Amino acid sequence: MASSANATARPVLQAVKPRRFNQRKKALILLIVSAAIIVAVFAVGTALTDQAIKTSFGSQNIPPCPAHPFGTDWMGRDMFARTFKGLSISIVIGLLASLISTAIALVLGFLTASVGKWLDAVVNFLVNTMMGLPHLLLLVLICVALGKGAFGVLVAVAITHWPSMTRLIRGEVLQLKNENYVLISRKLGHNPIKVAVKHMLPHILPLVIVSFVLLFPHAILHEASVTFLGFGLTPEQPGIGVVLSESLKYITMGMWWLAVLPGASLLIIVVLFDRIGDGLKKLIDPHNAQG
Amino acid sequence: MANIALRVLEQALKLVLVLIAVTFLAFALVEASPIDPVAAYVGSEAADHMDPAQLERLREYFDVGTPFLERYANWLSGIVRGDMGVSLIYKEPVIDVILAKIGPSLGLMLTAWLFSGVLGFVLGVIAGVYRDSPADKIIKGYSLLMASVPTFWFAMLLLIVFSVWLGLFPIGLSVPVGVSASEVTLADRLYHLALPAITLSVLGVASIALSTREKTVDILEQDYVLFAKARGDKLGKIVRQHVLRNISIPAITLQFASFSEIIGGSILVEQVFSYPGMGQAVVSAGLQGDAPLLLGITVVIAVMVFVGNALADVAYGIIDPRMRRVSHG
Repeated sequence: MASSANATARPVLQAVKPRRFNQRKKALILLIVSAAIIVAVFAVGTALTDQAIKTSFGSQNIPPCPAHPFGTDWMGRDMFARTFKGLSISIVIGLLASLISTAIALVLGFLTASVGKWLDAVVNFLVNTMMGLPHLLLLVLICVALGKGAFGVLVAVAITHWPSMTRLIRGEVLQLKNENYVLISRKLGHNPIKVAVKHMLPHILPLVIVSFVLLFPHAILHEASVTFLGFGLTPEQPGIGVVLSESLKYITMGMWWLAVLPGASLLIIVVLFDRIGDGLKKLIDPHNAQG
Repeated sequence: MANIALRVLEQALKLVLVLIAVTFLAFALVEASPIDPVAAYVGSEAADHMDPAQLERLREYFDVGTPFLERYANWLSGIVRGDMGVSLIYKEPVIDVILAKIGPSLGLMLTAWLFSGVLGFVLGVIAGVYRDSPADKIIKGYSLLMASVPTFWFAMLLLIVFSVWLGLFPIGLSVPVGVSASEVTLADRLYHLALPAITLSVLGVASIALSTREKTVDILEQDYVLFAKARGDKLGKIVRQHVLRNISIPAITLQFASFSEIIGGSILVEQVFSYPGMGQAVVSAGLQGDAPLLLGITVVIAVMVFVGNALADVAYGIIDPRMRRVSHG
């Protein structure tokens, strides 16, 4: 209470410098721009699907130039098209994987907070087991189990990213459980699912959305790494990991553009998703906006 | 005292249980894979032309048809005795393959672990002490960026710049080509280790620097630091007496717990630099369906992560004087 009284009293005591954009506006603008770039990359990548696999043996190994901004590879394929196609594949896989992970985390978060201690212990043990191996190795093993390919890597990335979000949701639910409106609703005889959906979910949703967006970068990077090692997407699907692992053989011959520009584009996409997540966090949770 | 011994025992038991669960998970995943051990061993084309009796003997050798749990028990008891089976791609015992690969890998990981830890800690303290200064902004920006950089791409960048363009480092392998094993000097090994280790260190700095920075900022806001300032203590003395003592414990714990990340990173880095360690072996085992080797290396890596976590716990008790006092009292 005292701190909020202080905050409102502040302008009287010391003049606040007028700024054109406050933190929230800045965050919102940044968020919209980042999202627009990602949508544009996805659209361009999808539109360039044909060019991404078209070989042209008249124009092989061309360094970046106006006609081929990212150069061409040893089969004359346009690296710009391949990069953007790869990014759009990464975005789709990231989206699906994050959605599935979020769904798992929501269900497990609610269940571990409400069913009882034993389930909490079971889930905890499961998490410790999963963390007993490096994340990358676990992904590789799951891909091996599912026989490699796009399906394997999607499942692998989707079912290994829920632990931290589950813990977050569990903590929130544990707090909400003792709120008066939740207790009253239960006393009125509403069934637990209704209580969860009507009274708890609205409070947790903002947190879930932020964590969902912040999962993207992890999912995309893990997919690219697994694919790079050869366990993920196959060469027919020019994911960014495929593009980079193919170029590995050629960079020692001085064809730097095969690796530098696709990887830098991937980095930019990852950073953009991070920015969006941070922006959302600032907009949704003003308490942390100054941090 | 007895109470604490009991707690330590319970903690140890928990860790061992997790380790067993990890081996079970790994075994189940590899078992679930469509890999046919016989085909992987002789090659799928050769299998078609082979004598049926011989095929049958191979099937028996690889336990095809035995129930899953029995096979897991057999495999686990073999591992406890040091028998991990025979690698299908190297055609020699898995344990020998691992012994040959673990040295280069450990060298790479420990170097990177040490450098990233020390460097990250120093940078974190500098950033935290001089908060909002240009140095802080550079360190923070660098760490945040490095957290988003794909490891394998960064390794490729360094390979392009330092090996291909500048020619300062070799393109790959942990020892020079065409030199017999006995003639490989320590200098050769270090020379080949340098670039992979630099890659892992430069990336690994990020997390430890960010967390150390945060802790440093926290400590500097404490009342006892304010009091020290009021007493007239110099910044250097405050950092030495209050900051370093308080932040070194969480930093060391975090660093031990980061074994798992360094191992994951080294799998990718070994692949890029064709550095013949366990990371590269585990990838070829996975790609070529060499189940015994894949499982063997997975177990070794699980043990490494386990040791890291256990050391993190132990280090906590040894370094923190408060913990020591509790255990004596």
